[in-house]
Amino acid sequence: MAIHTAVRRAEVPPEVRRNRRRRTLEGWLFALPLVFGIVAFQAAPIVVSMYTSFTSWDGFNSPRLVGGRNYVDLIANDPIFLQVVRNTIVFTVLGVPVTVVLALVLALLGNLKVPGTAFLRMAFFTPYVMNVVAIGFVWYYIFGPTNGLINQFLRTLHITGPAWLADSAWVIPAVVVVSAWQGVGYPMMILLAGLQGIPEEMYEAARIDGASAWSRLWRITLPLLTPQIFFVTISQFIASFQVFGLIYVLTKGGPGYSSSVYIFYLWQVAFQQGKFGYAAAMAWLIVALIAVLTWIQWKLQKKWVFYD
Amino acid sequence: MTDLAVDDRPVLAGGGDRKPPAQAKRRFQGRRIILMIFLILLALSFLTPALWMLNTSLRPEEHVMDFPPGFALSHPQWGNYTTVLRNMPVYFLNSVKLAVLNVVGGLIVSSLAGYAFARLTWKGRDALFGIVLVTAIVPNIIYLLPQYILFQKIGWIDTLFPLWVPRVLTPVFGTFLMRQAFKTLPAGLEEAAQVDGASTFRTFLTIMVPQTKPALAAVAMFTFLDSWNDLFGPLIFLTSPDKQTLPIGLAQFQNEFYTQVGPLMAGATVTVVPVFIIFLLAQRYFIQGVTGSGFKG
Repeated sequence: MAIHTAVRRAEVPPEVRRNRRRRTLEGWLFALPLVFGIVAFQAAPIVVSMYTSFTSWDGFNSPRLVGGRNYVDLIANDPIFLQVVRNTIVFTVLGVPVTVVLALVLALLGNLKVPGTAFLRMAFFTPYVMNVVAIGFVWYYIFGPTNGLINQFLRTLHITGPAWLADSAWVIPAVVVVSAWQGVGYPMMILLAGLQGIPEEMYEAARIDGASAWSRLWRITLPLLTPQIFFVTISQFIASFQVFGLIYVLTKGGPGYSSSVYIFYLWQVAFQQGKFGYAAAMAWLIVALIAVLTWIQWKLQKKWVFYD
Repeated sequence: MTDLAVDDRPVLAGGGDRKPPAQAKRRFQGRRIILMIFLILLALSFLTPALWMLNTSLRPEEHVMDFPPGFALSHPQWGNYTTVLRNMPVYFLNSVKLAVLNVVGGLIVSSLAGYAFARLTWKGRDALFGIVLVTAIVPNIIYLLPQYILFQKIGWIDTLFPLWVPRVLTPVFGTFLMRQAFKTLPAGLEEAAQVDGASTFRTFLTIMVPQTKPALAAVAMFTFLDSWNDLFGPLIFLTSPDKQTLPIGLAQFQNEFYTQVGPLMAGATVTVVPVFIIFLLAQRYFIQGVTGSGFKG
């Protein structure tokens, strides 16, 4: 091996070698700002937060090593944490299917051969660019228990609506509605791009065979769209586990802890109670949780995702 | 309009309609009209919250919760906006400042790195790109706690630095988009310039960057959105009321005006309008960025 390189080296003329060295230097120089940023603000923090999660630390005094106690406490001695995990799972299990199915329906509609679909697509995408605090204001009043738009509308039908955000049974479904309304634009665009990539000949052939519109949907469109459906499902799931803004502006985790979700509780633990070690352990647990669940979905995709 | 608006798309469930025989034509037209009406209603239902916000911001306070909500356009009350503009200039200024810093800095860093990953051959390139990929997957929350501690140590808490410096130096998504864009440019584009003796950097700046305008627009758009709508960052890094950005300023505004819906909705509208305008102008690039379609300069 060493001899080999020595021989090869001798064959390479010096000016080419100089050239190669110069090119490497250039590449690194171009990427330098990004490399610096990743080392300083991402790679180093990963190491620090790993260490922090095994300490008891208020962020001011020096951290005390406590081994795995933070992790044990979270799982065994923190009933709030368990409720928060449960809330997050409920929010995800309700929210992801609702959002993905809605995105699929809207993408199919946005793909129709009727005038005005560009406007339609824009309307569906509008909430995606709205500021979450503004969204919170608007929906807070839409869900108002007495004067809210929804309950006033229900009253005209002689139905007494629930107190939505103030009712622990209804608060998560209510937030899911807002989350689907806000978040549907992005998966819709991805699915739309997928729909437009399906070759027309497929449909031609099906029509010659006399396939109905429904069977074209079930046997051609949906199977060919499974890669995009899989992608939006995974990305929605990862985002849903980390929901924060909507909860912060709509409910502050209430009533009680009934809508407190993972990142919201983590924020409270770190920045309101000053327990940095405990919060770092929480951060690593959710990364582990997301990683495991994503890996399971990845394994399951073989069963239903269709790649040609 | 959008690039996606290709008008010979298959109808719902795919496949164009069969050429309808003459007698079926009338029935089919009727179905189309019903479908159109349904689609318009659907679009409106999606826009309702935004329209309600705009409407409420222009109504006299005693009528904001009327049902059905009346139309404000007959007697718009601009008073709510003067209240807002008296209270929010500082927040607005901070948000604009951050957006400019984030967009300009992000474009510089991501186009440089994207170019290095796409067009230059160098030792360690692919390993480094792998690392960039990994950091993109890790949820942000892992970085935020140590970053907070770091910024506390160097005295950056309650300044705008934490809200742009880390972001400008780690534009991972932007780097992916720019790499994609540079990759789609024809091979050998650089050679002509290099024969003339231009440096790599000069070639990059004068020949290559101008070819990637759509991608730059998409990166700018996403960076702007991220910066403008960020809630978590200002919430943890900023403490004094006068240092806040718009979203937090708006939330504080709620504590002050919680009994008055009109000014709140005016504040929300002021926050959303700049984004809508930019979105409408750069929609095409934005959608290309979302769908990751190749950028043709």
